[in-house]
Amino acid sequence: MIEFTIWDILRNLLLATRWTIALSLVSFIGGGLVGLALLFLRISRRKWARAVAKYYIELFQGTPLLMQLFIAFFGLGLFGIDVPAWLAAGVALILWSAAFLGEIWRGCVEAIAKGQWEASASLGMGRLQQMRYVILPQAMRIAVPPTVGFSVQVIKGTALTSIIGFVELSKAGTVVTNATFQPFTVYGLVALIYFALCWPLSKSSQILERKLNVAHRNH
Amino acid sequence: MSLIEITDVRKSFGPNEVLKGINLDVEPGEVIAIIGKSGSGKSTLLRCINGLETISDGSISVAGAQLLDDEAHLKALRLKVGMIFQQFNLFPHLTAGGNVMLSQMVVKKTPKPEAEEMARKMLERVGLDHKFDAYPDELSGGQQQRVAIARALAMQPIALLCDEITSALDPELVAEVLAVVRELAAEGMTLLMVTHEMRFARDVCSRVVFMHQGRVHEIGPPEEVFANPQTPELKQFLGVH
Repeated sequence: MIEFTIWDILRNLLLATRWTIALSLVSFIGGGLVGLALLFLRISRRKWARAVAKYYIELFQGTPLLMQLFIAFFGLGLFGIDVPAWLAAGVALILWSAAFLGEIWRGCVEAIAKGQWEASASLGMGRLQQMRYVILPQAMRIAVPPTVGFSVQVIKGTALTSIIGFVELSKAGTVVTNATFQPFTVYGLVALIYFALCWPLSKSSQILERKLNVAHRNH
Repeated sequence: MSLIEITDVRKSFGPNEVLKGINLDVEPGEVIAIIGKSGSGKSTLLRCINGLETISDGSISVAGAQLLDDEAHLKALRLKVGMIFQQFNLFPHLTAGGNVMLSQMVVKKTPKPEAEEMARKMLERVGLDHKFDAYPDELSGGQQQRVAIARALAMQPIALLCDEITSALDPELVAEVLAVVRELAAEGMTLLMVTHEMRFARDVCSRVVFMHQGRVHEIGPPEEVFANPQTPELKQFLGVH
């Protein structure tokens, strides 16, 4: 029987970590863009736009991410479209992140005092100008901590994509375990790597929250 | 033709009719004080004039610009009337100068150097040119309100709406804001102000409008309205018997 050193195991896991990081970045950035679009729909003056965004958010927040992955992966297959695992994983995670980010940001925009809308309107600004120059710069300050906090959820969410066969950190853990028969060592290392990715983000979210609150104390 | 023409304006919030047919014509250079109990509709009337509230019926026009509920018409109207709020509503992420420059650059597309020059001029006019780089939270309430006035003036409106602009201020800060308004009035700016400062209304205004239950209950020059109130409601409001 072949002997595996800890380094052998760790090396393989770290190589797979690249995919976890890549998928997290794609989900977060893509989800951010779609989430921004959702935000604008959600606070639009048009009723249908608000309704579209509301149902989208309710649908994606009200179903497990795992089901969304299955549907993206197997669902399209039913129509004869062959979806590779990386594509299904990316699309599902982007749409899922968007639902949460859109809702987080809506809360931040609505936290801005109504007087800011009224003052900018009375100066003749249009709705987009109000958003861009008055509301978003203020909302973004409040939005940073919860947004960074949510990025931790995205990283942990990528673990689910192992089930549809995307080889990222968790899937690599299973593969390595099957070869080494050392589940405790392998999954212990997997957990440590996730922790190393997530902990700095959680911590920076807390620090940012404190820092931005201090800057906000007089408002 | 009057500068501001308010004709048969009605406004309801749900089943509650707040304005019950308001008629008021304002001539250029007039300073109008709107007084009345809270809930009489005076703030709502002011907010209707620049479209912050949509009116249910009637019409409002300012120097020929009609109040209609689409962005182009609203913008045209809002370029003619500035508004100053009880809560100042300065943009907290911008300096005093930035507050005065923003709408010039965004709405009027004024180049930055000219907007800055105008901002300095307007801040000087309200006595705050030395606070150009201060953020709103570094200013007192009175100073913030004066920046808000400078911000409205920088858009060169032909009329200003003042919605209880001294009500959120500590008593000792009221005078500095009223002094600025007094100066504007002397320079011929058309002003419509909702106010509780009766002394100020008496001294500065050309006409006083007393609103009661959504209607213009009494209207006239301040010496008449204050010295010789006709209706029991106004007598009660002024505390004369």
